Amino acid sequence: MIMPSMDRSDVLFLYRQMLLIRRFEEKSAEMYALAKIAGFLHLYIGEEAIAVGAMAALRPDDYAISAYRDHGHCLARGSNPDQVMAELFGKATGLCHGKGGSMHLVDAPRRFMGGYAIVGGHIPLATGLAFATKYQKLDLVTVCFFGEGAIPSGQAHEALNLAALWKLPVIFVCENNRYGMGTPAERAIALYADVAGTARSYGIMAERVDGMDVLAVRDVMRRVVEQARAGQGPFFIEAMTYRFMGHSMSDPAHGHYRTKEEVEEHRNRDPLLLLKQTILSNNLGTDADLLQLEREVGEVVTAAVKFADESPFPIPSELYHDVLAD
Amino acid sequence: MLMSYREALNQAMREEMRRDSRIFLIGEEVGYYQGAFKVSKGFVEEFGPQRVVDTPITEAGFTGLAVGAAMAGLHPIVELMTMNFAIVALDQIVNNAAKIRYMSGGQLSVPMVIRGPGSAAHQLGAQHSQSLEAWFCHVPGLKVIAPATPHDAKGLLKSAIRDKNPVIFIEAQLLYGTKGDVEDGEYTIPIGVAEVKRAGRDVTIVAYSKMLLLALEAADQLSREGIEVEVIDPRTLKPLDLPTIVASVKKTGRLVIVEEGWRFCGLGAQIAESVYTAAFDYLDAPIQRVTGEEVPMPYSRPLEDAAIPNKARVIEAVKALCSAQ
Repeated sequence: MIMPSMDRSDVLFLYRQMLLIRRFEEKSAEMYALAKIAGFLHLYIGEEAIAVGAMAALRPDDYAISAYRDHGHCLARGSNPDQVMAELFGKATGLCHGKGGSMHLVDAPRRFMGGYAIVGGHIPLATGLAFATKYQKLDLVTVCFFGEGAIPSGQAHEALNLAALWKLPVIFVCENNRYGMGTPAERAIALYADVAGTARSYGIMAERVDGMDVLAVRDVMRRVVEQARAGQGPFFIEAMTYRFMGHSMSDPAHGHYRTKEEVEEHRNRDPLLLLKQTILSNNLGTDADLLQLEREVGEVVTAAVKFADESPFPIPSELYHDVLAD
Repeated sequence: MLMSYREALNQAMREEMRRDSRIFLIGEEVGYYQGAFKVSKGFVEEFGPQRVVDTPITEAGFTGLAVGAAMAGLHPIVELMTMNFAIVALDQIVNNAAKIRYMSGGQLSVPMVIRGPGSAAHQLGAQHSQSLEAWFCHVPGLKVIAPATPHDAKGLLKSAIRDKNPVIFIEAQLLYGTKGDVEDGEYTIPIGVAEVKRAGRDVTIVAYSKMLLLALEAADQLSREGIEVEVIDPRTLKPLDLPTIVASVKKTGRLVIVEEGWRFCGLGAQIAESVYTAAFDYLDAPIQRVTGEEVPMPYSRPLEDAAIPNKARVIEAVKALCSAQ
């Protein structure tokens, strides 16, 4: 049965966006191996449905903000892959002129307000963005992405309390990928079996969604974004997901803290695979359509690498630029 | 017009908030309580609770919220009940407020003021009696201001509020009640400009915030003994107005730096290094520092007094310099 939310072009667009992130991330890993990218690199592979589903429910002038695993959110928000890859390469043409890097992507014109690398530290910023839009009497919402690893942090709790207290238009999207680095949720979070319950304890409406199902994410987001826009206060989504790769490039996909079998089991619910099945079984597209998208995305990613590689590094004087505003 | 330091701050914020609706005041007890030290007296009545925002006791939360609001175009004034509580919000101040402009390649700005009283008052104990200005001065991306007089407090707070960067504005509980002449009407004092508070030819003292008053008292007494001290208040600690200090040192050849904070890695160490680099050949004797003792602040009054610089120690340092060859 085709549900009302399954418009053909919408669904193919979601597939393309997830595929773009997947191929971009795979290429980033390759570039890391070639030492074109350095430092920390946290890949979003396996979690694409959350960023893509969530961003599909936003208006261009809404705010989004993320933690350090932020490439997916930035791309899903519509940032130019050339500029994102150039930032990972540390090039002058990067989104942040090479000053931010993988964990600190910012695209202000697209209201992507950044990736932040102190766990829990950006959640108060999200409440501030929402506070500002309410103060300015604008009907905008802010979406804040973070992993379940942020839930035990004090700043997360302070932000949840303020958002609930002041009914701020902010959607907290907790990407529960089961592990904070190598520590499983059950060894880190008292309410591990119901992380959304943390938000409910502050009086914030919350629900769990299948974070591998992009349509489910988009549909719950559409509903709660409109609630928040209408002044009903914050909402908390616990999106159940799984990262197919290690925590960062120094962490193998499986080994010390999770088995190969466990990873394989989750790979059976690959968000791209699930959407592909939905598309084919509902006649929303053909294998040829999907192959065409694969080709398009492949070209975009190849072009992004070429752009990044050929771009210049920042000039030395850039070091001192933008420490302070004039 | 004679007014208290507290009233000067109140006037500065009031004038700026009337001028620009993007400015709001947020912090613990700033609204209906009128401010823990009554700095925001009358504000919630004039501007309403939307712009004078009482918070729960959650410094990291509301400081971070203010940073986010600044990123979205507002101009927050965060009142910390005391600067000691900045420690709880330090992640937001150091990792977010100070770095967001740089990390974003200049795409985002964080125009905000974080203000409140630093340094010891009377017997408030170790956790409420700290001078942390050196911590903030260490961080690129922050400006730090510590005015000593009502006139400077008003003019500099207005400049801080209009600045496009995060500004740490350090007041002092023991200054709130002090009075001084404040220029009538609208005025600002530029950030990063020191002032010679007393002219003299023999020795230069650099002192800021509460310690300026101590330095001026010491200078009065020394003058009666025939030693003419030039007292300079940097007013802004970062960016530091080094040329004004160096010009004075070139004249006097002797420098005493007075600060209430701990000695090791204190602000005076940085000022001394800067002066040595810029004016080594002009110095007739090693720079003297009068600082707080390196202990957590004790409660007992005689012990507390012993931990904080006093007039006698400042005079002693000046005389030691004058007798040095």
